[in-house]
Amino acid sequence: MLELKKVSAGYGAFKALFDIDMSVQAGEAVGVIGPNGAGKTTLLRVISGLIRPWSGTITLNGQEIGGKPAYEIVAAGIAHVPENRRLFPRLTVEENLKIGAFVHSARGQLRERLAWVYDLFPRLKERRNQLAETLSGGEQQMCAIARALMSRPTILLMDEPSAGLAPVIVDQVFELVQRIREEGFTVLIVEQNIQSLLDVVERAYLLEVGTIKLAGTAAEMREHPFVRTAYLGM
Amino acid sequence: MDTFLLEAMINGILLGGVFALLTIGLNLIFGVIDVVWIAYTELVMVGMYAIYCLYSGLGLPLLVACLIAVAFVTVLGALVHFLIIAPILDSPPINQLLATGGLLFFLQSFATLLFTTDFRNIGVRLPSLQLGGMFISTARLLAFIVALIAVTCLYLFLKYTYWGLAIRAIAQDRHIIGLMGIDQRWAYGITSAIGGALAGLAACLLVLQYDIQPFIGNSFGPIVWMNCVFGGLGNLVGGFLSAFIVSEIIAISGYYISTDLSYACAFAAFIVIMFFKPRGIFSK
Repeated sequence: MLELKKVSAGYGAFKALFDIDMSVQAGEAVGVIGPNGAGKTTLLRVISGLIRPWSGTITLNGQEIGGKPAYEIVAAGIAHVPENRRLFPRLTVEENLKIGAFVHSARGQLRERLAWVYDLFPRLKERRNQLAETLSGGEQQMCAIARALMSRPTILLMDEPSAGLAPVIVDQVFELVQRIREEGFTVLIVEQNIQSLLDVVERAYLLEVGTIKLAGTAAEMREHPFVRTAYLGM
Repeated sequence: MDTFLLEAMINGILLGGVFALLTIGLNLIFGVIDVVWIAYTELVMVGMYAIYCLYSGLGLPLLVACLIAVAFVTVLGALVHFLIIAPILDSPPINQLLATGGLLFFLQSFATLLFTTDFRNIGVRLPSLQLGGMFISTARLLAFIVALIAVTCLYLFLKYTYWGLAIRAIAQDRHIIGLMGIDQRWAYGITSAIGGALAGLAACLLVLQYDIQPFIGNSFGPIVWMNCVFGGLGNLVGGFLSAFIVSEIIAISGYYISTDLSYACAFAAFIVIMFFKPRGIFSK
């Protein structure tokens, strides 16, 4: 469904991604692991259109989306939960969700979509009139995911959903991811918490210094000697 | 309390209405687009001349002339953004400052060329309202009421529409706005057009109180800027309230000290307050 072919990208003169080939099939959950500075966030940013690819092609259901502005890519069906959640702090929870339904196809169904995400995350319904900055870290992540779901994306990109959260909350966040999966969403997740990530994804890529070093199913990655020594500490 | 002081205070509040319009317009542009429109009150000057041409020149009814002028300045606001700001959006702030500063001189010189520096007025003077022993300026009362209605409409727009929501969101985090499906160029264009509309509306209200000349913007520019900083740059509610606080300082000091010194008093108060609250009186 989502396909990257020989994608390169970077910032200014600095190249962060080198000829990335990657694909995500409908209904799949795919993870991207790798150390800090490997280019994981850049990879998501280039897919969602926050930065333009230098070369290569990115297609969604066969349609070229590489180089299109972010607002068109959302409308095409890719939603991105950015690193550190990035809620609008002085908008209420419901306003944050409403802005997630800004794309034209979603506006007419605001009521239904709100009811649906409140059903998924009842906690948000309780807090719907609170400013987003007053939510706890876990609730903010919930709200950020819900905001992205409001556009009913065909694929959901998540950047380090567990970053900066207390260990107990991290478990809850991975349960959330699991719930989203059960709803039938296709997800592409970047994570440093590899152990937990491999529990919720089917396949994973290992990204190091901007290139894909390894790819395989979650089980293969877990058993791979290199991943075990370098990333799982076994 | 003596009636003259009360009269001064009421006129002060009424004066605050137009200042509030302009402060909110400028603050909105600053908060959302993060650029400084030095030439903002020159748009008011353009609007006043537009009314002068349409009403005194072409003989259109005043209300029609005002509506056309507001539409004209609204478009002008959007044009300032798309022609001047958009190409240099990623440049250092000083370049943007210089560009809008250049616009200020351009508009003032252009107006001088077209209309000379003679003072003009449209010859409409509303009578004063006598209330008890006090004289209240009807033009200011009208300006105050219209300004409040306009601010209420803007509030409803920002609070309840998708684009209003988008504009508030951009002011909080512009970098991820594309991820919400929002085309930033449109949001900036709409914001600038609103800024223009508020300046145009202010022109309609001020043309009933002041003579028109190419440098009339200088009479309001500094005070509007001060209001913005006073209430916290980009803070709409703060700017709205500080417009009234500042005009009240002007009115009261005008009464107790001297009308010639009233603006100086407001600026002196501003400087003192900036020592204690450099980010505006409503900052935490």
